[in-house]
Amino acid sequence: MFVTLTVNGESMEIEAGLTIDGLLDLLKIKREFTAVAVNREITPKSDYGSVKLGEGDKVEIVRPMGGG
Amino acid sequence: MYDTNLVLGGKDFSSRLIVGTGKYSSNEVMRQAIEESGAEIVTVAIRRVALPGTGESILDVIDPKRYTLLPNTAGCYTADEAIRTCYLAREAGLGEMVKLEVIGDARTLFPDVQGLLEATKTLARDGFTVMPYSNDDPVMAKRLEDAGAACVMPLGAPIGSGLGIRNPYNIRIILETVNVPVIVDAGVGTASDAAIAMELGCDGVLMNTAIAAASDPVAMAEAMRLAVKAGRLAYKSGRMGKKLYATASSPLEGVPDWTS
Repeated sequence: MFVTLTVNGESMEIEAGLTIDGLLDLLKIKREFTAVAVNREITPKSDYGSVKLGEGDKVEIVRPMGGG
Repeated sequence: MYDTNLVLGGKDFSSRLIVGTGKYSSNEVMRQAIEESGAEIVTVAIRRVALPGTGESILDVIDPKRYTLLPNTAGCYTADEAIRTCYLAREAGLGEMVKLEVIGDARTLFPDVQGLLEATKTLARDGFTVMPYSNDDPVMAKRLEDAGAACVMPLGAPIGSGLGIRNPYNIRIILETVNVPVIVDAGVGTASDAAIAMELGCDGVLMNTAIAAASDPVAMAEAMRLAVKAGRLAYKSGRMGKKLYATASSPLEGVPDWTS
């Protein structure tokens, strides 16, 4: 079964039950200096393995970039 | 000459120049410019990662062990957005020192002072070292200090404008009004602007575009390092008073008589 998420503004189909850890692996995103929010709530890194993503979830994955 | 350090969030910094990491033509130019600036605090933005991940990171260029990273909340138009961005930065492992921006208008990038004050209160209460980018209003500076800001950062001129210190008198009044460090943030265009801010008695200067958009950013970074140092020394040494008419530097006595 698949669910549809919005990740950084892009619509994405993933397998139901995927965790944040699973999503980061799938998208090849390094954990270091990365932060994740699901439906506006910031997820502590310690919960990446337990938080499962579901239909309609809005995920933001951010990192530091150049800025003033 | 002996000088005290700039103290922010209980940390000591010997450099009074804070630089940004935006708008550089390449990572290598950025790395060299930041090195040349002598800055110890470097600002970064918090943005969405590219999908799929590229594996590239600004922190491969700017060593977080060497520099104190200062995440900003640029692009946030409400206190709520700015607060959430600071929490994200903290969760990302960037520490608790934040450059707080709550923007009120896209064309001028002037701050929304109401939102800024609200966000400062919340973040200071939650243990952040809040460095708010504000307008050059002494009343707002005092309110930000009372709300728990670790310093105040009045603008010299609009962000990225390079117009210099437009209202040095307000900056002076801010310096007399608050007890926290005063850091001019935004508006610096060239070295003399940075020197003016420091000569006024400011504790530091934060800039990005003035270095990044110079034709030779590495040379401009050196100019800024020297200007901040020169301005600071001039301030500490106590400049002479201004006079309308001339006062001769050479003795008036003993001038040879050439009359025939």
